[in-house]
Amino acid sequence: MTPKTAAQAGTFESSDVLFLIEPLPEKSGRKIELFSTVLHQYGESFNKIVTEMLDDYALTDIHIIARDKGALEPTIKARLETAINRSLQNIQQV
Amino acid sequence: MINSLGRKIPAFIEGIGRLEPFEGAYAKIRKGWMDEPTIPPPNKAYLPHQSKLCKSLEEAIMRSNPHDGMTISFHHHLRNGDVMLVQTLNILHNMGIRDITLASSSLLECHDPILPYLQDGTITRIFSSGIRSELGRAIAHGLMDIPVVIQSHGGRVRGIHTGKVQIDLAVIAASAADCEGNATGAHGKSAFGSIGYAVIDARYAKQVIVVTDNLVDYPCIPLSITQNFVDYVVEVDSIGDPSKIATGTTRITNSPMDLRIAKLAADVIEQSGCFKPGFSFQVGAGGASLAVAKYIRAKMKTKGIKGSFLLGGITSYCVDMLNDGLFETIFDVQSFDAAVSNSLFTNRRHIEVPAALYANPFNCGCITNKLDVVVLGALEIDVDFNVNVITGSEGYIRGASGGHSDTASGATLTVVVCPSFRGRIPIIKKRVHTVVTPGETVHVLVTERGICVSPACGDLAQNLKKAGLMVKDIHDLEKEVDLITGVPGPLEYTDKIVGLVEYRDGTIIDVIHQIKEKQFKLPV
Repeated sequence: MTPKTAAQAGTFESSDVLFLIEPLPEKSGRKIELFSTVLHQYGESFNKIVTEMLDDYALTDIHIIARDKGALEPTIKARLETAINRSLQNIQQV
Repeated sequence: MINSLGRKIPAFIEGIGRLEPFEGAYAKIRKGWMDEPTIPPPNKAYLPHQSKLCKSLEEAIMRSNPHDGMTISFHHHLRNGDVMLVQTLNILHNMGIRDITLASSSLLECHDPILPYLQDGTITRIFSSGIRSELGRAIAHGLMDIPVVIQSHGGRVRGIHTGKVQIDLAVIAASAADCEGNATGAHGKSAFGSIGYAVIDARYAKQVIVVTDNLVDYPCIPLSITQNFVDYVVEVDSIGDPSKIATGTTRITNSPMDLRIAKLAADVIEQSGCFKPGFSFQVGAGGASLAVAKYIRAKMKTKGIKGSFLLGGITSYCVDMLNDGLFETIFDVQSFDAAVSNSLFTNRRHIEVPAALYANPFNCGCITNKLDVVVLGALEIDVDFNVNVITGSEGYIRGASGGHSDTASGATLTVVVCPSFRGRIPIIKKRVHTVVTPGETVHVLVTERGICVSPACGDLAQNLKKAGLMVKDIHDLEKEVDLITGVPGPLEYTDKIVGLVEYRDGTIIDVIHQIKEKQFKLPV
């Protein structure tokens, strides 16, 4: 499955993360770009969170850019979930 | 060799010499003397009315016997506004001088332009209290063959006395000077306040150049640097930008986190037994540390307590406390903002002190020995209360030893203030990357999530608990924070040593290893 539209959630603030999502043509696969101030320390766990959530939503053809400034796990999950739901137009944009 | 903190120290480093392992904060001082002999300062003679004035810095350097393998020193009182260090090294590089030892009292971001000189062999050794920015990153990546040596402000004086650092040429920037070289930082358009770190350089360097952008009529007072140690005087257009002295340090923070930590720290100090009439006090200029002064000031006013002296890096906040009559005296080794210099110049209770008097462990008693309370920051602290203020979470050199270990060793109550984690990285560790200040000299850690008291402090933990403060075991706090942030993946290092951290007594407390860039692969 691919998102319906491009979407984003989060900020550039310290201890937050900004997710940008855009749909990709069918069978393109997942393209994930991670920029993080704590890449060395938390890169693996960050990717695990992203991969698991994409699996949950059965998203396969998707381009994600993440700009992380040391967000905690609940923050990462919340921002990503919001970005995904916006891209699937599951929630009303405010 | 393994030192008393369990850190592996090589016995010998090519280009540095034999190393002595750290054996405890007071192990060497307890003897009552220093084992290493002190070297004699140079002897010079000048004929009456011989002129010291040079037309340019180039001319002064040319007359100062520049040569390959020389050691050149600077002070960092202009902090990020300094231009003399880079200018001088540009000149030496253009002269083709190589194999220079750079012995600056500290290095900051504004010194990044010398990076190419570390690559091309112009500079081959560095002694400094701190290294930051691009230099710190490049050095951590193994750019230099000989490890840099990190010294405390007191330890630097000892290093010069013992000849470990033998300065051939000291370039001393001053905001006012006369034709004989009497010089000060207390007035002039580029006033930066105390020139305390440069006094030992003037005393011991084989050649001394005073550079000023404000040549005044003889005599220049106060005599912070005196003419009997100065070879040449140069007038230039500008020695730097004093408005950049205070980059990012001196305002009281607005961060709610820092303010909460500061308030807790002030409560700890109030309940510690040290908060009484005549107490002496030092705070760092960083976020939470300086904010502690704000709360202590209020408590002093409420309780009618008047202190003895403020010490150290002095901010305008300290000057306000002096002017409020809350303290008798300021001892100023470094002025953190341009506003402080006016007080130093006009108020006779605001006293300039050289680094030796401030913090050198090997004399008849430096002022840090007389300190009751010091509040210090930390990049990391471990469950044994060892503090790292030199290497960041990514393994780069990005801080300064400064007076951290000097003041911690002297103070009756050493309080370390820091958030429990920063940008997801836990600050409380099982073991810090690099020890700068040994845990035996640290008494209390204050974070937003709890207060930890060193087990060596007897009843203090109980007293703080009785006063209703949130005291936790540091091991418990460490685990609590890890649960919030997740355990960070370990950094990887090579065997190459890129930095040596000297304790103030000259022993090696820790080494810094070259970092290995982890190749990070994204899942497909």
